[in-house]
Formats: sequence, C-alpha cells, structure tokens
Amino acid sequence: MDSLRELFITRAYPILEKIMFYQSIKKMALMAALAMPFYAQSSYAQINVFACEPEWAALASSLGGDAVNVTSATTALQNPHHIQARPSLIAKMRRADLLVCTGADLEVGWLPLLLRKSANANVQPGQEGHFMAADHVSLLGKPAVLDRSLGDIHAAGNPHFHLDPSRIAQVAAALTDTLTKVDSANQAHYLSKLESFNEQWQQSMKQWKELGEPLRGKRVVVNHNNWIYLESWLGLIPAATLEPKPGIPATSAHLNRVLEKLQEQPADMLLHASYQSNKPATWLSNKTSLPIVELALSPSEGESLTVWFNKIISQLLSIN
Amino acid sequence: MFLFTGELMMRKAFPMAVIAAALLFSESGFADTDMQALKQQLDALKRDYEHRIATLETRLLKAETKVDTQALEVKSARRSTITSNSFNPAVSVILNGRYANFDNDPDDYELPGFSLGGESGLGSQGFSLGESELAFSANIDDKFYGKATIGLHNDGGSTEVDLEEAFIQTLGLGNGLTLKAGRFFSAIGYLNEQHTHTWDFADAPLIYRGLFGDQLKNDGVQVSYIAPTEMFLQFGAEIMSGSSFPGGGEDNGIGASTVFANIGGDIGIEHSWQLGLSHWQANDIEGRTSGGHSHGGVGTDETPSFDGKSKINALDLVYKWAPNGNPSNQNFKFQFEYFDRQEDGGITMLNSGPPLEESSYDGDQQGWYAQTTYQFKPQWRVGLRYDELDSDNSGSDADVLAEAGLDNEGLKPKRFSAMLEWLPSEFSRIRLQYNRDESYEDADDQLFLQYTMSLGSHGAHKY
Repeated sequence: MDSLRELFITRAYPILEKIMFYQSIKKMALMAALAMPFYAQSSYAQINVFACEPEWAALASSLGGDAVNVTSATTALQNPHHIQARPSLIAKMRRADLLVCTGADLEVGWLPLLLRKSANANVQPGQEGHFMAADHVSLLGKPAVLDRSLGDIHAAGNPHFHLDPSRIAQVAAALTDTLTKVDSANQAHYLSKLESFNEQWQQSMKQWKELGEPLRGKRVVVNHNNWIYLESWLGLIPAATLEPKPGIPATSAHLNRVLEKLQEQPADMLLHASYQSNKPATWLSNKTSLPIVELALSPSEGESLTVWFNKIISQLLSIN
Repeated sequence: MFLFTGELMMRKAFPMAVIAAALLFSESGFADTDMQALKQQLDALKRDYEHRIATLETRLLKAETKVDTQALEVKSARRSTITSNSFNPAVSVILNGRYANFDNDPDDYELPGFSLGGESGLGSQGFSLGESELAFSANIDDKFYGKATIGLHNDGGSTEVDLEEAFIQTLGLGNGLTLKAGRFFSAIGYLNEQHTHTWDFADAPLIYRGLFGDQLKNDGVQVSYIAPTEMFLQFGAEIMSGSSFPGGGEDNGIGASTVFANIGGDIGIEHSWQLGLSHWQANDIEGRTSGGHSHGGVGTDETPSFDGKSKINALDLVYKWAPNGNPSNQNFKFQFEYFDRQEDGGITMLNSGPPLEESSYDGDQQGWYAQTTYQFKPQWRVGLRYDELDSDNSGSDADVLAEAGLDNEGLKPKRFSAMLEWLPSEFSRIRLQYNRDESYEDADDQLFLQYTMSLGSHGAHKY
C-alpha cells in the first residue's frame, strides 16, 4: 500500500497538478477572450481610414479622433495625379474600412487599380465606405471643351478644392455623416467631434479672412492650375501659368511669352507647389525678380488643416 | 408653395423637393395628361432654376470672399459627379508603330536550345505597325469588373484580329479574395501580366520569347488572395485550358495550372519592392508545335511537335525608387526575372519522313534578364537591359533535337539593350532602342524607333 501511495505521490500527483495548471490557464484565456469585446468597446474599436491625400487624412483625424486609424496614400511632396499602385498601398487598402479621396478624376491613374487589387468589399464604389469629397462640393474650372490637346484636364472640374476652407467645411459635414454610418457604434463621438471642429474652423476662417485682406487683388503667376480655389478665396488674381497646358511641363518658348506678358503687366508673386520641379519658377524669378512662394499643396504628416492654412497665409503675407 | 430664396442652402433642396413631390403624386395615380402637364411645368421650372443657379454661381464666384463665414450652412447632399465614362465602358486605343533596322535577316533569327513558338520573332525590317490595341473596360455592376482587349496586327500583308484579353473579375468579394475568369495574361513572372505597350523596351526579354512566345495568356480561372497584413502578401492559383503555347494540343478540360505568391512593401518613403515566386505546369501536352530551326518560313516544312509534360519555375524582383516617393519628376526602376523550364516527353518532326523523325526529349532550359530604367527629367527616360539564356536538352536522337532547334549549339544566347524615351505627356511616348543581339552565332545590331500613343481613357498601370 505504501508503495502504491508513494507511486501516486511521485508520479500521478505531478501530472494532475500539471493538468490543473493548464486548465487554469485555459480558463484565464477564455475569460480574457470574453472580456475583450468589453474592453474594445470601452475604448474605441478603431476603424481604418485610407485617405488618398494628406488633407483628407488630416480632416479624418480631426473628425475621428481616437476612433480612427488614418493612413495617407500620398504625402505633400508627391503629385497626387501620379503615384504608383505600390504593393504597400494595396495591403493598406485591403484593411481599410473607409476610403476618403478627392475624386473628380484626380486619382484616376492609380485608385481604380488599387480598389480592384485590394479585393476589399467595404470601399468599392457605391459602398458607404467609399467617400469622394468632390461629390459634396461644387467644382470650379469645369472645362467647356474636352480635348486632350488642351492638356491634362479634368472633365468634372478642378479637383484641388481643398484649398478653399469653406469647401473643407462642407466636406467635413459629409464625412462625419459617412463616419457615423460606417462606424455607427461611435455616432455620438463623431457628432460631437464635428461640432467642435466647426466651431474652431469658423473662428479660423474669420481670422484668415482678416489676415488675408492685404492679399486681395495681388497678381500671381502659378506653375500649375492647382491654386484656383485659393485665388478665388483670397481674391488673388491669376496673371499667368508656367505650364503651357495643364500637366505639360513649361517650355522655354512659353516661358518667354509669359515673361513678355509680365513685362507689360507685372505680377506680385510666383506660386509654386513644393512637389513640382522648381526650375521654370526659378528661371522666371531670376528674369523678373518676382518672389517665389513655395507652398505645400497639402499638409505634411501629422499637421492639422488649421496649421497648414495658417502657414499658407503667413507665407503669402511674408512677400509684402 | 415654395418661395425662391436664393440662399445657398436651398439650391439643391428645392428642385429635389419638387421632384419628390411629383413622384409622390404620380404614384397616387395621376392621369397621363396631368402628368405631362406637370412634367412640362417641372421642366420649365427646372430650366428657369438652372439659369438662375448659373447666374447666381457667377455672382457668387465674384463675391465669394464676401460670404459671411458665420452664415455658412453646411449641407450634405450626396451627389455624384458624372464623368464621361461613368456609364459607358472606358475605351482606349493604343497606336503603335516602329521603324526597325536589323543587320542580319530577321527571318534567320533563332534561339539555339529553344523552340520558338507563339508570336515570337523579330518582326519585320523597316516601317511597320506594331500591335494596335483596342480595349474596353468597366465595372459591370457592384460585383464585377470586365475588360476586353482586341489586338490588331499585321501578318504578311493582312491584318489579324486577336482577342488578347476578355475577362471578368470580382470586385470586393471580401476577405481579400478575387476571382477572375475568361482569357487573361497569366500571373507567372512579373512582366507577363503587363501589356506590351507598358513594357520598358520595344521587344520581349529573350526568356519570354523562348518560353512563352513573348507572353503567356490562356483561358481559364484565377483565384487570388491578399492577406490582411501590413506587408503586401498575395497568393494565387490559375487553372487553364492549356491549349495555347507553351501548352498545346486538345482542349480537354484543364491543361495547365499556375500557382504564384508575391510579397512586397515600402522601405521608407522613397523605396518600394516586390518579390514573386511562381510555378506553371502542364502535365499532358499533346502536339505543341513551334518554329524549330527555321529555313525561311514554316508551311509544308518539317515542324517540331512536342508531347509530354512541362514545368516552369520563376522568380521575379522589382525595386523602385523616386525622390520623396514622387515619381512624376524622377524615378528609377530595377527589374530582374529568372525562369527555369524542365520538360519530359518526345519530339516528332511533323511532315518528315517516312519514316517519321522522332526522339525522346528531356528539356532543361534557363534564362534571366535584368533591366533598369531611369527617368531623369519629367519627359525623358533611359534604360539598360541584359538578357542571358542557357539550355542543356537531351534526347535519344540528337539530330532530331538539332532540327527542332533544341540543340544549344554550344552557345548561351545573350543580348544587350539600351533605350532612350521621350514622353511628351502621359499619353505619348517615342522610343529609340539599340540591341546588340547575340541570340545565335551571328551577332546582330538592331535599332528601333518606336512610337506608342494612347487615345481615350487611360487606365492605371500596374506596379
């Protein structure tokens, strides 16, 4: 009997102990798994937002706060017309719950391919998770004639409307509407975010309006036609464009014509997006001593729209 | 009724409300005449309204800066901008033409160790039209996308029509899955899935010429899966009829299959890469004919025909760089592909004998190319490419293999290419290319001047 008992203690007991230990681990894991959804709800179950341009990433971050995890497909130093459908972007699109892009054919060279490759049902055209900002604002510069000999024109109108704060406000409202549909659990959160955004945005707009007063009527030469919303908002007057046609790089013949025109009727400054080649602008600036203002067409990473607009205004004012 | 207020916020709400009201009434059973009258009234209203909006908009534009920011009512009316291609399929035409100069007679072209088939060959000397392409594509509905590409090319004075692609593909099937069915370019290798007009050189890499007759397309089904990971991870498989080169023979169900995997990502903001592995296999090829060791055209000549099984393994690597990740001004691309084909079966020389010339065949063929392109200015690009092939085929009758072009003649075919491109816009390209072609014993200097232009909608290009 003793030997049996000893056998039990030395052999069976450790095994039993082990079994009980594993069972307790299992129990804990089960409890943790059950508790997970509650934890997830108590903070936010973040939704993935894929923004095509930094301005929409910034807007989505402001409107979504902690509830959204935002990535931007492009940076302020990239030309949003022409990026490549890189593998990393396909992988990001694959995991997106919401797509926020400009639309109006700005991303026509890469977005359709990304959408098809991603095989993500949530963000396909027609779905709630497919948000095109251009669907919610009116566009300027709709071409009367559609012909490729006129350059790279957009049939729907000029897509660079994020340079107009009032249009941003319109997009913000529409985007909040979409956020509440895509992530209805956080509806109240998004609505309160929009309220505080609007309050702050309208104050900023008032400020910019006052600050920008001295810019009214200034004549500007631009590199590409991507400033028309800024011009109409601040009352700048377009004097000339360095690209002979949209998307066609400046030629020396065209630059000489611009130069002649400017000698007859001088301008005040030269606007130029930081993602574009600065050679034509520098050439013209050397000839005319026109000051160049190199503006970021989009906010940089982590920069809010307000900070970015502040910069634009102060850069423009610094010329005077 | 409604008062015209001219307020910004009312612009869209007003006609919508009228239309909604009209729709409501129509459902409650209005007589036709009443309906028409209402419709006319509505149209008149709408015209009047649109006119007023237009004038308002111009006024608004002038006075936009005077808009009181406090009064800015934010309104969200989801409305779609209809572009010209929203409802019609996107149509594009690719125009292609070239002037080619070869020192050797292009009809003498051969790749020792490889039996040429499909569309491979150098094409004609002097002026010629390359392949003109007509492509239609559109989302069919919310579930499917479809595309058809028709290639038109000259073949000895007559124009041949070739249905290059005709496939449907699921859109957002969910969980990263995509199904494709119809005729499409196989996902083997890297370059194979890309249309010839998007290639960086005027001709196919030698290994593509040797194994696929320039490009592998087939009728079948493809399934692919993208993993929900930070890194791009794709797996896929294809089953195909296997009736076209380098398959061949009867359409008896599934003739060939492919499996592929791709992995890729970014390194920082300026670098991106993709690595792919793929495998193609046809277990029961019957009567795959090819050009063999040509003696000026095929026809009643003896034509080699292969029966047996064939396996191809491929590795591809692509690396791209652009300053700040902005490729529109400057960019660099490096591309490398390696293929290995193992075949086991027999070769029969059709139209030979009697007795019919036959040999067992154990094929062992490899090849690779590496190329770089560098766009140094927005409208200018240069490129370099090097090709090399190797083979060690054996069989019971060495003479039959030699006649079939499968004897490597103690050579490793090589080619060196350089090109310069002028890209006036994203829709046009003019290319000058020089090849030092050592495919066979007589080295050939080749010069191409080529234009490629696209009309109509311009689809996005693959990575």
